Amino acid sequence: MGATIVEKIFSKKCGNDIRAGEVVMAPIDGAMIHDITGPLAIQKFYEMGGSKVFDTEQVILLFDHQIPADSIPAAENHVYMRKFAAEQGIYNYDINEGVCHQVVLEKGRAAPGEIVVGADSHTCMYGAVGAFATGIGSTDMGFVLKYGALYFKVPETIRAEVSGKFPERVGAKDLILSIAADIGADGATYQAIEFAGKTISKLDMAGRMTLCNMAIEMGGKAGIVAPDKITWEYMKGRRKMKSFELGSDEDAKYASKRTYNVSDMEPQVAIPHNVDTGVPVSKVAGTHVDQVFIGSCTNGRFEDLEEAAEVLGKKKFNRNVRVIIIPASRDEYLKTLKAGLIEKFVKAGALVEAPCCGPCMGGAFGLLAPGEVSLSTSNRNFKGRQGSTEGKVYLCSPATAAASAITGVITDPREV
Amino acid sequence: MIMAVKKSVPVKKVVKIPPQTAQNMRVWKFGDDIDTDAIIPGRFLTIYDPKELSKHAFEGTRDEYAKKVKAGDIVVGGRNFGCGSSREHAPLALIGGGVNVVVAQSFARIFFRNSVNVGVLPVVCKDADKIADGAKISLNIKKGIIDADGKQFKTEPVPEFMQGIIDAGGLVEYAKKLKEVPVCTKSRA
Repeated sequence: MGATIVEKIFSKKCGNDIRAGEVVMAPIDGAMIHDITGPLAIQKFYEMGGSKVFDTEQVILLFDHQIPADSIPAAENHVYMRKFAAEQGIYNYDINEGVCHQVVLEKGRAAPGEIVVGADSHTCMYGAVGAFATGIGSTDMGFVLKYGALYFKVPETIRAEVSGKFPERVGAKDLILSIAADIGADGATYQAIEFAGKTISKLDMAGRMTLCNMAIEMGGKAGIVAPDKITWEYMKGRRKMKSFELGSDEDAKYASKRTYNVSDMEPQVAIPHNVDTGVPVSKVAGTHVDQVFIGSCTNGRFEDLEEAAEVLGKKKFNRNVRVIIIPASRDEYLKTLKAGLIEKFVKAGALVEAPCCGPCMGGAFGLLAPGEVSLSTSNRNFKGRQGSTEGKVYLCSPATAAASAITGVITDPREV
Repeated sequence: MIMAVKKSVPVKKVVKIPPQTAQNMRVWKFGDDIDTDAIIPGRFLTIYDPKELSKHAFEGTRDEYAKKVKAGDIVVGGRNFGCGSSREHAPLALIGGGVNVVVAQSFARIFFRNSVNVGVLPVVCKDADKIADGAKISLNIKKGIIDADGKQFKTEPVPEFMQGIIDAGGLVEYAKKLKEVPVCTKSRA
């Protein structure tokens, strides 16, 4: 019986045949902590008797949820982590680089075939480069910081085979919202989701990141795309390594196989208050919005902002909508700046903020009042995720967000 | 941001081993897909002290919870309890209110592990949806039985490799006793 890509990663790391369902203490290639979950992980590291982290080169430390510090307790947490970084000799990206997941990938801190963990649920995004990556809690992270290893139950894999050509203004976010609606909020619990097929092999890295980022929204332990030419091209200049073959065998045993065709897909919108509620935009078109957020680890890359700018064209954003645009990282910010898009967004009436989690953190800024509606390119629309539990969050693609920001109501991006 | 917190640095408190048997626990019943944003909203994540966190548990979702929850109470949910963010603040917010057992039809993966690691016992019971809010529960983990207002329901055993962590009283205590880390050694699932 052949093996899935996930089984192969664990088997290669450990030098023996490891299959789904088996529990193994696996070595860790990268461990990411940020300003929310990091302080507790560090505390647990010390409580476990830790004095030096397993490898300073493999710990990724940065701040992105509350930056610049939005409160005194947040500032204290930053100080605590800065001291830890200095004491341990860990490179500190501090508040300068952007949203953790974007930074890990663009700095080459996750690579094909590696096992990477992060104290953040959207760590599954690193599967975009063919790493096995999963989100863990702070105590598990304390253990990782000390020992450089962690218990894993090797997950079974759902294969999502995608075919067809995306219609105009339909893309990876619409696909993943549609997959989430199909699989359900807990349909992939304890499982990995492998995205494959002709559509995926043509999809750019930004789109693959969007897909893998949201595997957790189906309960998935990891999302993954087998590394190919596009992946290795992305890794160039980020990590010195030779390319190699890595992918699921044809006769691998999957938990299930699902097929999707994007050729007739409409832009999708997930309605409050669950992510697995995606419907074609036409079903909710006309819904009033108070705030539009374009950004986050899910959709804050240059490609996303470029698409939003294309939809915007020479129009202005609606004066009754607060439009918040946040590039996911310093690199993405610079690309957006150089392309002249930031000027364009600002002139059209948007607030363009420095790279951070923004309203998706639900505490730093951009919060909703009771009764308000946010349309967001981020990954979660839970009750209270962006402020008041009496507010509503809809999720969509950057194109749909931009179109709706122009009209003031949820709008099909092909109609502006 | 308004913060009801005195100190942001984590507390050095070792949590107690969750009870293997318990009597007369009051049920706080919740539905399906209770996410960790509902358990503890994002704006309180600079807090790490369980007691302080518990003051905001389920804020905006069920405000009476934080006011009335008592030590020994139990939280019961439906499917996919604890989905969403990896914030360990969620099980800590439960512990701070004296809740150290959560029963649900199913759990989200990260919440399940976080709970075991910090000393909240997650108990899977396929019939958890049949347990009423305010019910009195008695629990016998070893026998795998929950008694809710006289009705008995079966619970599922915790995966074997996690039992050691539960028995130790959480991952910190488990790690302290660990002589060496058995990297790449398989354990029983």
